[in-house]
Amino acid sequence: MGKRFATIWFHYLKTDWFCRYRPELLRLPFVLTAPDHGRMIITAVNPCAYHQGIVVGMVLADARAVVPSLKYFDDIPGLPQKLLTSIAKWCIRFSPIVTIDLPDGIIIDATGCAHLWNGEGSYLDSIAGRLIQIGYHVNAAMADTPGKAWAMAHFGEQRSIINSDEELTAFLFLPVAALRLEVETVIRLNKLGLRQIRDILSMPRSVLRRRFGNHLLMRLDQSLGQQEEIIQPVQPVEPYSERLPCLEPIVTATGIEIALKKLLEVLCKRLQQEGKGIRKLIFKGYRVDGNIQAIDIGTNSASSNADHLFKLFEIKISSIEPALGIELFTLDAPKVEDIHATQEKFWNKACGLENPGLIKLLDRVSNKMGDNKIHRFLPVEHHWPERSVKIAASINEKLTTQWRTDRQRPIYLLQHPEPIKVTAPIPDYPPMLFRYQNKLHKVKKVDGPERIEREWWIEEGQHRDYYAVEDEEGIRYWLFRSGHYSDKNYEWFIHGFFA
Amino acid sequence: MEFWVSSMLPQKADILFQLQKDILQLQGFRCKASDDLIRPVLGPIDSSFPNGVFPLASIHEFLTHSAEDMAATSGFISCLLSSLMNNGGVSVWIGTSQAIFPAALKFFNVEPDKIIFINTKKPKELLWLLEETLKCEGLAAVVGETSEVTSTESRRLQLAVEQSRVTGFLIRNNSRNINANACTARWKISSTPSIMAEDVPGIGFPAWNIELLKMRNGKPGKWQMQWAYNKLHSIPDPIILSPAEQRKTG
Repeated sequence: MGKRFATIWFHYLKTDWFCRYRPELLRLPFVLTAPDHGRMIITAVNPCAYHQGIVVGMVLADARAVVPSLKYFDDIPGLPQKLLTSIAKWCIRFSPIVTIDLPDGIIIDATGCAHLWNGEGSYLDSIAGRLIQIGYHVNAAMADTPGKAWAMAHFGEQRSIINSDEELTAFLFLPVAALRLEVETVIRLNKLGLRQIRDILSMPRSVLRRRFGNHLLMRLDQSLGQQEEIIQPVQPVEPYSERLPCLEPIVTATGIEIALKKLLEVLCKRLQQEGKGIRKLIFKGYRVDGNIQAIDIGTNSASSNADHLFKLFEIKISSIEPALGIELFTLDAPKVEDIHATQEKFWNKACGLENPGLIKLLDRVSNKMGDNKIHRFLPVEHHWPERSVKIAASINEKLTTQWRTDRQRPIYLLQHPEPIKVTAPIPDYPPMLFRYQNKLHKVKKVDGPERIEREWWIEEGQHRDYYAVEDEEGIRYWLFRSGHYSDKNYEWFIHGFFA
Repeated sequence: MEFWVSSMLPQKADILFQLQKDILQLQGFRCKASDDLIRPVLGPIDSSFPNGVFPLASIHEFLTHSAEDMAATSGFISCLLSSLMNNGGVSVWIGTSQAIFPAALKFFNVEPDKIIFINTKKPKELLWLLEETLKCEGLAAVVGETSEVTSTESRRLQLAVEQSRVTGFLIRNNSRNINANACTARWKISSTPSIMAEDVPGIGFPAWNIELLKMRNGKPGKWQMQWAYNKLHSIPDPIILSPAEQRKTG
């Protein structure tokens, strides 16, 4: 199937946008101006002003001499880019690949899209019709290259569709400016009597290159489809993504569920064939009023099980607000990983971390309560207790170092060491008494000290001398003195409880 | 009672024993042969359990009143986990904040990276979590730190474990009312001075007062135990070391 491109050209992009917010301007001539070398130059005109002979590039003073009632406003820099981007995003409902064509157009890669609207005619009508309803003056065209579509939009009728057989006749009679050339080149071509595209087609390429440079030839080739023109979509296309347009806007939760199930089925089937699984999934609903509703889920381990993924979405479906209805659903998988097919076992032997039941449970928990609630810990090669364990990045992360058991560590570690009052013989003896939470503990047995230095390449501060002590009731504590006795600014802390 | 049983015909005693076993099975104390591989062996405490074996696939409740109690209880539970997880199983530890220091679990012969910690502050979420994890087949055990659990809630948890055959441990911290509930056992663990020879400096092995306050179809009791060389030993029994372990300690 040949490629098809649609181009939409906005005659009065900026002024139309002004009129949307100030309807009273619709019937008055007005222009947008920007300062240039101390003069005010007109940068945009509205249809009313245009018909009275005012064009872009005139000096404001001249224009006001022609039309005394002319209104003028300051131009907003960067406005076309902003407007076109938002319109292009809106156009994603017509095709996933939409790009902006500064200063006043949009190019849509409509390959394989038009039949969903019963043909190219109604496809273009529905795009342009909606834009006209909003208040834009647009021309739309469809052709097999972006260049031809652009030419037809600017120089053809309000809606022009060229098919491959009649393309040349329609396209060849267009002026040379339809090739998207620089103004100087167009003037030079016109001076030489080359007014239509067919005039330059018959000329040798070497002559054209010598006189007008490579740009002209490139544009010619692009328009004729001999050289591919790469268009940059406003939203990068997700490689794993599915779309479901609806005949009628969906407003009920049941409808949304059916749409989600259908999308999941298609996506999971494709993923299973490619041996991939989903780590992250975004479900979007494009509302009739232009709003986009999105819910997303994450999984702890790659999955292509449609039922499981649907269960994860289920609790979030209620957060979608359909309002007047959703006309298009999309399902994007931005994060996909390879699945290593696990061999089915006849017997349920020891179920480790790969236990599918556990992974499903964790997915449900993290989608209900958030990712930061579930932790698995791995050892790190640090002596400093707070840094000796780290949170594993995934459920399958392997140990890089072994757990150490050469030094006693308390099973119950306080989040922050708490200061305590201690009686201890100086300079370096373990405590005899200590007071923690207003209770006096007499120390009976002691292990220590174990000195742990701060890692100077990470942070600065005092070292800790740890003592494991047991009081007269047999309760075992982990205490430490921060700093040397001789420094005077030492302090005692409790850091944990042994079992 | 014992006199009465022994005075009966041996045949009759056999029948009675079999009937008792059947009743236990009907009450949910099913014994699978594969369970014996992971069943904790607690020495003298075992005689208090129905059938003389530690009840798996049931809810055990531990009462604690302070952080010190929590530490002792966590230690004892870790001892139980060490055998429950010795075939590569995974446990889930649910709490309100991350108080357990994972690196210390290794001292109780538990692989700390095989434990998944889930922390939540909301009591409702915690109970939902407990029930969902206890329903998850293939877990070795689930530990939950919760202060209150009503009779209905405990019954739901008990029903969940009977289906999934997961063992559940509830650490009840500072609970105001110790109500009747459906838990199979109620324990109280507290630290006790470790045993050291005279004049030897340092701290000995972790030692606990273990109180079994309630045991369905069993007898409550009180023991002193210590954890040494990956095994529970009762106090004051001397620790008998294998030659290899003797060499290790020098």
